[in-house]
Amino acid sequence: MTSTDLTISNQTDAPPGEPILAGAHLRKLFPIQGGNPLKPAQSVHAVEDATFALYPGRALALVGESGSGKTTVARMLARIYDPTSGVIRFQGQPVKLGGGRALREYRRHVQLIFQDPFASLNPVHDVRYHLTRPLLVYGHARNAREADAQALALLQRVNLMPAEQFLAKFPHQLSGGQRQRVAIARVLAVRPQVLLADEPVSMLDVSIRLDILNLLQRLKVEDHLALLFITHDIASARYFAEESVVMYAGQMVEGGPSDTIIQTPKHPYSQLLIAAAPDPARLDENGKRTDTLPARGEIPSLVQPPTGCRFHPRCPHAMPVCRERFPTRTDLGRGHWTHCFLYSDNAQTEPAPVAGG
Amino acid sequence: MRQSPASPATFDRAAQPAWSARLGALLRRSWSLVTLNRKVMLGSGIVGFFILVAIFGPLFVTQDPLKYTYDLVAPPSPAHLLGTNQGGQDVFSQLVVGTRSSLGWSFVAGLIVMAISVTIGLVSGYFGGFIDDVFSVITNVFLVIPSLPLAIVAVQYFNRSTFTVALVVALTNWPWGARVLRAQTLSMRSREFITAAKASGERTWRIIFFEIFPNQISIVAASFITTTIQVLLAVAGLEFLGFGDQATISWGIMLNSAYTGSALFQGAWWWFAPPGICIALLGSGLALLNFGIDEIADPRLRLKARRAPRGKAATA
Ligand SMILES: Nc1ncnc2c1ncn2[C@@H]1O[C@H](COP(=O)(O)OP(=O)(O)OP(=O)(O)O)[C@@H](O)[C@H]1O
Ligand code: SF4
Ligand SMILES: [Mg+2]
Repeated sequence: MTSTDLTISNQTDAPPGEPILAGAHLRKLFPIQGGNPLKPAQSVHAVEDATFALYPGRALALVGESGSGKTTVARMLARIYDPTSGVIRFQGQPVKLGGGRALREYRRHVQLIFQDPFASLNPVHDVRYHLTRPLLVYGHARNAREADAQALALLQRVNLMPAEQFLAKFPHQLSGGQRQRVAIARVLAVRPQVLLADEPVSMLDVSIRLDILNLLQRLKVEDHLALLFITHDIASARYFAEESVVMYAGQMVEGGPSDTIIQTPKHPYSQLLIAAAPDPARLDENGKRTDTLPARGEIPSLVQPPTGCRFHPRCPHAMPVCRERFPTRTDLGRGHWTHCFLYSDNAQTEPAPVAGG
Repeated sequence: MRQSPASPATFDRAAQPAWSARLGALLRRSWSLVTLNRKVMLGSGIVGFFILVAIFGPLFVTQDPLKYTYDLVAPPSPAHLLGTNQGGQDVFSQLVVGTRSSLGWSFVAGLIVMAISVTIGLVSGYFGGFIDDVFSVITNVFLVIPSLPLAIVAVQYFNRSTFTVALVVALTNWPWGARVLRAQTLSMRSREFITAAKASGERTWRIIFFEIFPNQISIVAASFITTTIQVLLAVAGLEFLGFGDQATISWGIMLNSAYTGSALFQGAWWWFAPPGICIALLGSGLALLNFGIDEIADPRLRLKARRAPRGKAATA
């Protein structure tokens, strides 16, 4: 990569300081209400054993195909869903489940940006309402006058100008990008320390995606926010986040510094994902791809997921042991880890070397 | 704090204006809503007129509407603008004074229905589970109670007042609105903007009444107006059939006395026509309002209607 590349340089390998928000072995099952009471109750195994940490001023990208459980992870962290098992730690303290005051206090620090800005704003309320409510709820403004003034400042921060005009607008009068900016401003109104961004640009026009990403990037630096950045586009993970985690069918399969993951992916699924991502380096002068695109299979059913490593039905290197249990985490050094028997000592088979990307 | 302060100039412009300016803005907004389309304009004109008559009308009535005179069944004249009835009572003053009871009780019933159906419908739909089961049973029981027969029994049993009829109609009418609101709430509670409002820290009652409820204004208003029309017609109908309190004045009682006094055979149109016309007119005014409510309640339609040329907006 050239020096003009926008990729964040990763000076330190070890994340600095203590994590502000961490998930340990998070698991989420969604029970399915079957019509037949005689059948055993089934559930969607949306997330299995998710472990990760967020640090102030740093972004962690969660990369995966549709249905891999990214949103479910973010919603567990935002306490919209309760984890089936596992622990969320905020500033080192385990977060207790349950609502009321404690939950509101938690949300004061952890806020979520929704994927679809066309659905996340209430059509009957104007921008002023959307921005002043959190200001009043969290006591940042004591009256309507203060709230209005702060709402204006927030609109300016997310580059919606002239701010006075946007204050009176209704969601249907705004474009997708403007709506997402309002959604971001609303989240900032709470003054959180952790921002969970669930595919914040996937519903937007390609032309404005970079603007929104740059805005988030700027806010991250200015407010020293810990950011969880969810995306299915691994290229934007590299642009945006210091660290990345790759998910497949509810399992976290590989993680580490974004550069490392993208340049030397170790897990067969990460390799597939990166090979499938458009990369200018792999295009010839006619814009045609020089390499062959590996066949992409379907993401498996999560109601009865494949046993062991869920990637085994599609994995070119699958071994018998892969069917039996999920590989433990293998540390590859410099913060890079993966769950794959190819790199694991306790696999019964010889680890086969795999060519990168 | 982290927020970069806005310049003082922008602060002032956005600051709360004085209450008089706010009131002005409110009136202007209401006016622009009312004049949004022709149905609403006409409907609110008619209903507004009757409301004014109900409130202030009696102040302008100089003749005692119940006083018997010797001008029996007299046609309209300067002394009796709408003539007199069989007892020589002034029809015009009866009409004006009767507006209050006819309209008033209908509105009261509409409000009762609105309050019950909103509370039951929203709470039931939002919480689901046990609360919903209990409320659904109650709703379904009330749903099958026949309105008019019960009203007739109640009037015989308790007392012959408009209040009794209005109350019975209200108590048998709320389940319709409650069911629609419950279904709407059920589908709305899992919408993304509700989740977003929860995630931004809103309390449950705020979610129900400030995030979900405003999205249902058109249903609520429609059920209010529908009930009002129903009570208006039910009360008039029962009174016409003779289940009313003859000591009071209302449009229904006027029709009843016109019927028993054979106004039709005597050709005394001034006696039976005015109350009938008033009932029909008020009913249509309310119905017109009902048709236009969707456009008023939904900011999207509101804007579209305003952008479109007048003629188009009215036919759309
Ligand atoms: N509330 C729910 N009830 C039942 N199943 C759910 C629920 N939410 C998610 N799932 C299931 O869990 C799995 C993971 O979904 P999730 O939304 O987390 O995926 P995602 O990675 O965010 O996908 P996308 O990129 O499409 O947003 C999917 O199979 C989905 O159908
Ligand atoms: S654990 Fe086995 S199936 Fe899973 S990715 Fe590694 S080699 Fe493939
Ligand atoms: Mg998602």
